[in-house]
Amino acid sequence: MALLEVNGLKVHFHTRDGLVKAVDDVSFSVDCGETLAIVGESGSGKSVTCYSLLDLLPKPPAKIEGGTALFDGVDLLSCDAKQMRSFRSNDIAMIFQDPMTSLNPFITIGEQLIEPLIYNPDKTRSQSRDNARLRAIELLDEVGIINPEARFDCYPHEFSGGMRQRVMIAMALINEPRLLICDEPTTALDVTIQAQILELISQLQQKRNMAVIFISHDLGVVAGIADKVMVMCDGTVRETGDTDTIFYNTANDYTKKLLAAIPEGAKTLLSRVQPEAPIIEVKNLKTYFRDYSKALAGAGSAKRFIKAVDGVSLHIQRGEILGLVGESGSGKSTLGRSILQLAPITEGSVHFCGTQISGLNPRQLVPWRRKMQMIFQDPYASLNPRMTVYQTLAEPLLYHGLATSANIDKQVRLLMDDVGLARASMRKYPHEFSGGQRQRIAIGRAIATKPELIIADEPVSALDVTIQAQILDLILDLVERHNLTMLFISHDLSVVRYISDRVMVMNKGVILETGDTETLWANPQQQYTRHLLESIPLADPKSERQRLARSALSKVGMQGEDLEQRFRAEI
Amino acid sequence: MFRFAFMRLLQAIPVILVVISITFLLVHSAPGGPFSADKAVPPEVLKALETQYNLDQPLWQQYISYLGDVLHGDFGPSFKYPGRTVSELIASGLPATAELAVYAMLVALIIGASAGVFAAARPNSMQDYIPMSAAMLGICMPSFLLGPLLVLIFGINLEWVPVSGWGDAPGDKILPAITLGTGYAAYIARLSRGGMLEILSQDYIRTARAKGLSEPLVIAKHALRGGLIPVVAFLGPAFAGLVGGSFVVETIYQIPGLGRFYVQAAFNRDYTMILGTTIFFATLIILFNLISDMLTIWLNPKLRQQGQGDN
Amino acid sequence: MNSIPESRPQAGQEQEQEERGSSLWHDAWIKLRKNRLAICGLVILLLLCLVSLLTPWIAPYGYEEQNLLLGASAPSAQHWLGTDIFGRDMLTRIMYGGRVSLTVGLIATAVALIIGVLWGATAGFIGGRVDAVMMRLVDILYALPFMIFIVLLMVVFGRNIFLLFFAIGAVEWLTMARIVRGQVMNLRKQEFVEAAYSLGLSQWTIIRRHIIPNTLGPVIVYTTLTIPSVMLLEAFLSFLGLGIQPPQSSWGLLISYGVETMEEFPWLLIFPGLTLSLTLFALNFLGDGLRDALDPRTSKD
Repeated sequence: MALLEVNGLKVHFHTRDGLVKAVDDVSFSVDCGETLAIVGESGSGKSVTCYSLLDLLPKPPAKIEGGTALFDGVDLLSCDAKQMRSFRSNDIAMIFQDPMTSLNPFITIGEQLIEPLIYNPDKTRSQSRDNARLRAIELLDEVGIINPEARFDCYPHEFSGGMRQRVMIAMALINEPRLLICDEPTTALDVTIQAQILELISQLQQKRNMAVIFISHDLGVVAGIADKVMVMCDGTVRETGDTDTIFYNTANDYTKKLLAAIPEGAKTLLSRVQPEAPIIEVKNLKTYFRDYSKALAGAGSAKRFIKAVDGVSLHIQRGEILGLVGESGSGKSTLGRSILQLAPITEGSVHFCGTQISGLNPRQLVPWRRKMQMIFQDPYASLNPRMTVYQTLAEPLLYHGLATSANIDKQVRLLMDDVGLARASMRKYPHEFSGGQRQRIAIGRAIATKPELIIADEPVSALDVTIQAQILDLILDLVERHNLTMLFISHDLSVVRYISDRVMVMNKGVILETGDTETLWANPQQQYTRHLLESIPLADPKSERQRLARSALSKVGMQGEDLEQRFRAEI
Repeated sequence: MFRFAFMRLLQAIPVILVVISITFLLVHSAPGGPFSADKAVPPEVLKALETQYNLDQPLWQQYISYLGDVLHGDFGPSFKYPGRTVSELIASGLPATAELAVYAMLVALIIGASAGVFAAARPNSMQDYIPMSAAMLGICMPSFLLGPLLVLIFGINLEWVPVSGWGDAPGDKILPAITLGTGYAAYIARLSRGGMLEILSQDYIRTARAKGLSEPLVIAKHALRGGLIPVVAFLGPAFAGLVGGSFVVETIYQIPGLGRFYVQAAFNRDYTMILGTTIFFATLIILFNLISDMLTIWLNPKLRQQGQGDN
Repeated sequence: MNSIPESRPQAGQEQEQEERGSSLWHDAWIKLRKNRLAICGLVILLLLCLVSLLTPWIAPYGYEEQNLLLGASAPSAQHWLGTDIFGRDMLTRIMYGGRVSLTVGLIATAVALIIGVLWGATAGFIGGRVDAVMMRLVDILYALPFMIFIVLLMVVFGRNIFLLFFAIGAVEWLTMARIVRGQVMNLRKQEFVEAAYSLGLSQWTIIRRHIIPNTLGPVIVYTTLTIPSVMLLEAFLSFLGLGIQPPQSSWGLLISYGVETMEEFPWLLIFPGLTLSLTLFALNFLGDGLRDALDPRTSKD
């Protein structure tokens, strides 16, 4: 009998709009030393499944309607509150998605770490504060926190995202749990940090022979660490099987769809780059922001600025898709906004079709604005919630005189066809659409003015993987049909490789490397680029396992601290 | 932190100066002098009085000399209580008002915060609806209505407590404290409920529960500190409100406090008294706002450390 | 929880009817309608306003009609809410008092609304140094003991009802300014406003089409909550004898008279008190209901 056996789990949400069957008849099991990955898109019920095991769902609206979850023979779903507390503190631990919000900002991390020890409901296992402190410091050391004694009394805000997630892991492990549930533990992290955290989790598991449930929306992330994979969609299990079967021999259509949606390999069809004068030329662009926190501290004038973009030169040929890659805080978004004159530039110049547009006043910019558009990351924030699709799309058309009141309806309909929106939903408001559909509206608004250049700032990173694939194909299609030029900004290297003709790598406000996509992938010149490329999780279990084994030999902790230093220098 | 306090104190100086100037100008531009109110005073007596109170000097000279006096803590003589200075009058009224304010604040904090936390622990249940309905009642029942009603019920009909006075009979401080505190208790209850609900929906509360901490511990240790920050931030403004509220409560219960003096001075056109009390209250309120702001910062480790980094 | 399946519809087969969208305002109204307390409040308020408007025609007695022989009498068939010591009908007095109290509430709130919205929107939209100076001024004014100043104003300039409007409005605009500024600052950073910039829309168009419609929600909510606090302030001043001057009357003044004689004639305190409390209740419940209905966070689920 396995350590945890879940049978016929049903969780329903009773909302204002009616009943939602979030989890519908889900069964699985996981044993000691085994890793089960639960994979699914948002709304698939993967997190709800795990939260219901530890009774962490808000009730109401959630209600467990049926099923059993036998942990060591005891049913988690029907045990009393006291027993549940004992399970939570001693047997089952959990790591959450966002390390920025999952630690209490008001309490030192040391205090938060030792809580499961000193407040243990099982009196025989509770420990004195001093013992608990020693144990916590030991664990902090094990998860790769340098100088744990000193860090013990620090508050969460003094740690970077990756370091906080290490603290979370230490906290989960402090009572030597037998089952560890990881709820998208790397989704909020940069790709290099993600690789480290994955390695850490897999090492700790092997050492302790724990059972691990690893929840993710990304099949690529789980390929290397999972023994078994369960694919969920709409609250039901679509397929369960061992990792190799799922990745190499699946018969299930949904799993196939998920695998196919992972952006992989090089761009198949290169854009028709026209080798004339570049459409946009940026020379030595600098964008500095005033740093109020440091200005208050009265530091020297040199430190009062955040150098978001620090001397960038680039050019984009007509018809080209240029990918811009960088981790959080690299200044890639600011660069995009600076080119469009949406962020005030400190120094340097931007030429559009040979005309200098930097330094123009807003009125002079209006004719140029029409020719350069932007697609934003968050499809929820980038649409005015009080305007219908029709109003959103008609505004640029009318404002720039591209349509008259006589033919505006027809123009808007054509635009909606172009981006794949149902004409019938013309009078609907943004909140009535899904994320992917909203992004289509935003793309429609961007191409409404018939622009020549589009800057896309992480346009797919907020979307599920299958939706992401659709939007990427839409973008490629539009670029082809409308002869667009594009600067495609993303933190996701696989996406950039899939869509770009040429790639630039940005870090700390400067461009480290530029090259044709495949050349750069095959032969990166910079250490940083190499590191980035190595960190990309591949949706291929065999090569992923080899990669994990390779890096297990290198010292994870030191590497982590290096990056920590780098990260802290950036913020 | 100290730097912050110091900066705020520096900023407070011009504010208080503005308060003094405006009040001074207002009072002196008022139609009718302080001695023209009641009975006809012979011109020579008036002249003598004006000389005595420096009212015959040009306005700017009066202003300068008044400013000098205030710096020394001297608010001048009262117009209506001959022989007594404003400072003496303030000093005699302050203890009762301060005591009343403290009791009222205790009533407000203890009842308000616990009702709010209690309600937030189980939102949208009876445990939430009952205290919150009571809070709404408290907000819609102004002190000048609640006070007389309490007197009518507990003082006159039931004869449980004295209907007026301050420190003369046992229990005569209960009704005033409740009357003044109830409105704030209600407001604090709503604030703390809102704050607690916000915090209880945070991810780190889920983390604490997942660690196996008991629910009371989760609330007491993880939620309370963040959840009560809005309440702490409200303490400064609440204090300003208490000062205003004390006018009414002291009038209803005939408490010889500062508020009653102020209202009486307003009716008597005792200008020096109005001027002095206004400045005194203003300074006090600015001080309490500062304290409440500093407490808010101190409660947040991130802000606290930024403050320390300044030094 | 369920994501809507994405499918690329074929153009051309879209001859079906357009679906009417439901705007956030419409959603809010539906949500508000479900909130029984808020609707109750709304109905009570509408009734009160109606009665106040029609008072001169529907009041059972004349405003200054005295009946000294009758004196203070308990509620009866002739005088539903009793009479005061001059034999004046309480119902009539409360109705006339309501006209004053509601007018003060509405006008002072309007003053606060206009100053607050203009001030806050300007500071929030221009930002930078202008914003810092403007908000610093608000902070300073916040620190001033306004209750005391209003008393002072009333003393110095006499009990002038217009001054009262102005004074109360001048106190209440501060919070409004802060709220509006916060909203505008927040909106200015929203990507849809940035998108509007990148479309080349003029500043004024952006303010008109993108900023203002999105600040209206919180402004409406706060306005609903300002009216009761303004009415309370007026009643408070009238109670102290510093507000409305007899022979005019307001609820605060009636309560203050009621307190003087509450031992002998409790109805003179209870009825105006009840009316005031009921109005405050109605306004607060409506405000709370509007806040729940217009809060984008509650509208997402």
